[in-house]
Amino acid sequence: MAEADETKEAETTAEREVTMSRAMVGAIASEIRENDDVFVMGEDVADYGGIFDSTEGLLEEFGREKIMDMPISETGFIGAAVGAAQAGMRPIAELMFADFFGVGMDQIYNQMAKNTYMSGSSVNVPMVLMTAVGGTYNDAAQHSQTLYGTFAHLPGMKVVIPSTAADAKGLMHTAIRDDDPVVFMFHKRLMGIGWMPAPDGPKTPVPEDDYTIGFGEADVKREGDDVTVVTLGLHVHRALEAADGLAGEVDAEVVDLRTLVPLDTETVLESVRKTSRLVVVDEDYHSFGLSGEIIAWATEGALDDLSAVSRVTMPDAPIPYARPLEQEVNPGTEDIADAIQDVSE
Amino acid sequence: MLSDTELQEMYGWMVTVRYYEERLQEEYLEGKQPAFDISAGPIPGELHLAAGQEAAAAGVCAHLHDDDTVTAPHRPHHVAIAKGVDLNRMTAEIFGRRTGLSKGKGGHMHLFDQDVNFAGSGIIAEGCPPAVGAALAAKMRGEDSVAVAYLGEGAISQGGFLESLNLASVQDLPVVFVIEDNDWAISMPKERVTDVEDGAQRADGFDIHGTRVDHDDAVAVYEAAGEAVGRARDGNGPTLLEVQVHRRMGHFMGDAEGYRPDADTERAKQRDSIERMKNTLQNAGIDESTIEDIRDRSHERVEEAIEWAKDQPEPDPDEAYEDVFTNPPAGWTPNPEPEVAETTGGDN
Repeated sequence: MAEADETKEAETTAEREVTMSRAMVGAIASEIRENDDVFVMGEDVADYGGIFDSTEGLLEEFGREKIMDMPISETGFIGAAVGAAQAGMRPIAELMFADFFGVGMDQIYNQMAKNTYMSGSSVNVPMVLMTAVGGTYNDAAQHSQTLYGTFAHLPGMKVVIPSTAADAKGLMHTAIRDDDPVVFMFHKRLMGIGWMPAPDGPKTPVPEDDYTIGFGEADVKREGDDVTVVTLGLHVHRALEAADGLAGEVDAEVVDLRTLVPLDTETVLESVRKTSRLVVVDEDYHSFGLSGEIIAWATEGALDDLSAVSRVTMPDAPIPYARPLEQEVNPGTEDIADAIQDVSE
Repeated sequence: MLSDTELQEMYGWMVTVRYYEERLQEEYLEGKQPAFDISAGPIPGELHLAAGQEAAAAGVCAHLHDDDTVTAPHRPHHVAIAKGVDLNRMTAEIFGRRTGLSKGKGGHMHLFDQDVNFAGSGIIAEGCPPAVGAALAAKMRGEDSVAVAYLGEGAISQGGFLESLNLASVQDLPVVFVIEDNDWAISMPKERVTDVEDGAQRADGFDIHGTRVDHDDAVAVYEAAGEAVGRARDGNGPTLLEVQVHRRMGHFMGDAEGYRPDADTERAKQRDSIERMKNTLQNAGIDESTIEDIRDRSHERVEEAIEWAKDQPEPDPDEAYEDVFTNPPAGWTPNPEPEVAETTGGDN
């Protein structure tokens, strides 16, 4: 609750419009200035500034002692971040693409995620694992996944997915200050990188002062009475576009989950109780994942209120390379609009 | 000692690779200038070009047969060409076309040509364990084929590589690991990420042979690789071979290389393996017109492949749902679309 109050207070301070990457970097820089224990480690995070601008400019301000390029050894450096965190530091380790989780996953899910529990809380792991997710630029099956559900499924990690600059800043401050491991997944298409233009939406006014956004607080990005669209990341913007396009015909509410662990089921249920119709939009695989989970919560908590349910997701297939193929599998604005209309009938 | 024919073949691969990468660069940048937008232009996705690494491909692949396996990393074109991957279908794949090697599903980092046992993958050191597996299969079946895993110097700290060295060693497998040292792992110079100057030293800890070729001289690579491949083929175990190459076109297209000192970029351009190989041919007494003819024919071949590829159809969107399984379970679909569930609950 204290965090929510801080958010409100921050709204009264000076704002400027920035990209999501600038907002994230600003939060990291501020935390490094404030706390000697915070540092960044990863591949190409120093001179390059992160392949997707997630650490742009940090080397210049903080030098190589705080902004460390790592060998291509994810098991090694993510595991080292776990060890440093357990020793009282607050590392921010970057996994260049979420798709690369396989080469360091043992350290992620068997150590980072479990050590607090396995030690009976005698150790804790205050680290951030930040990682780039998502497709839309034809990078094929090994560089385009979101894997939201995979990380959220395994217990012990908080999982954060911002969709705007303002959210990214507040969530990053919370992530770094959190005493548990936080997986911070940023969508490449939202970062505002020069060579990968972002859609309208993620670049938002951002308060200049530091502020936090509490985990487990979904954000209703658009209010509506007819259909609830639950989504996250890039697809918040596609859902908003679909909803705006249907304005006057169907009044859709768009709920941005913002964090998967913890999951704000209350906001989802409240919305579903109001609209009775639910569409879940997810840039992750269809089966055994996020969309099924949201629908399970909705049916468990609001079965009597539900009249229609649908999900719009990636299929259960690896992500293809060629443009027409990737466009086919990645849910577009029209797919979302169709689903909203279908459940409204 | 290399015969004139072998020299000419290797030179042919090298000039094909260089021209191929130059032409792909042009095609890739179409529509992406002046402002670079990765989603524009005729070639989708990322593109990692291998100009400057030709010697490592030619010198090793000259010893290989179609039934020898090669795995290549995210920067694969030079190795694919020297291994004999079908150039038309490879190019169509890079352009995202239906008649590409992988029907447009794989892209330039994931090239597969079963006819010559070539496979690519996009994650660092990922090709090492499968090369060990191919070598294991050859050994178990009593075949004399070998496997070669290509990796960059940035990959030598990756677990998959180190574990592969150990497995290949303890099982005495016919596999050659080829480190292409181009000095840079994207923006990270070798000395920042390892204290081992000579990557072949990694062999010492696994009790296997390690050799480094200090210049990207295709003939020197050929000689070192001959020993390594011969050792593997004769059943005498694995080798780790490092070759100094150079990166002429950035990590990926669109990489401004702001992190790279100008002097290093210049030095890379001076160390030209193509010129060196041309000198070798001249010193062997091969006349200018033959050399020019090889170059002209390679350029024609490249133009033909690009022209063919660009003429190929794009995949039909529904093809995205094919190829998930070799034997799809009855009734299974990767794209389940149930009728919208309707309940009696709710009143609107």
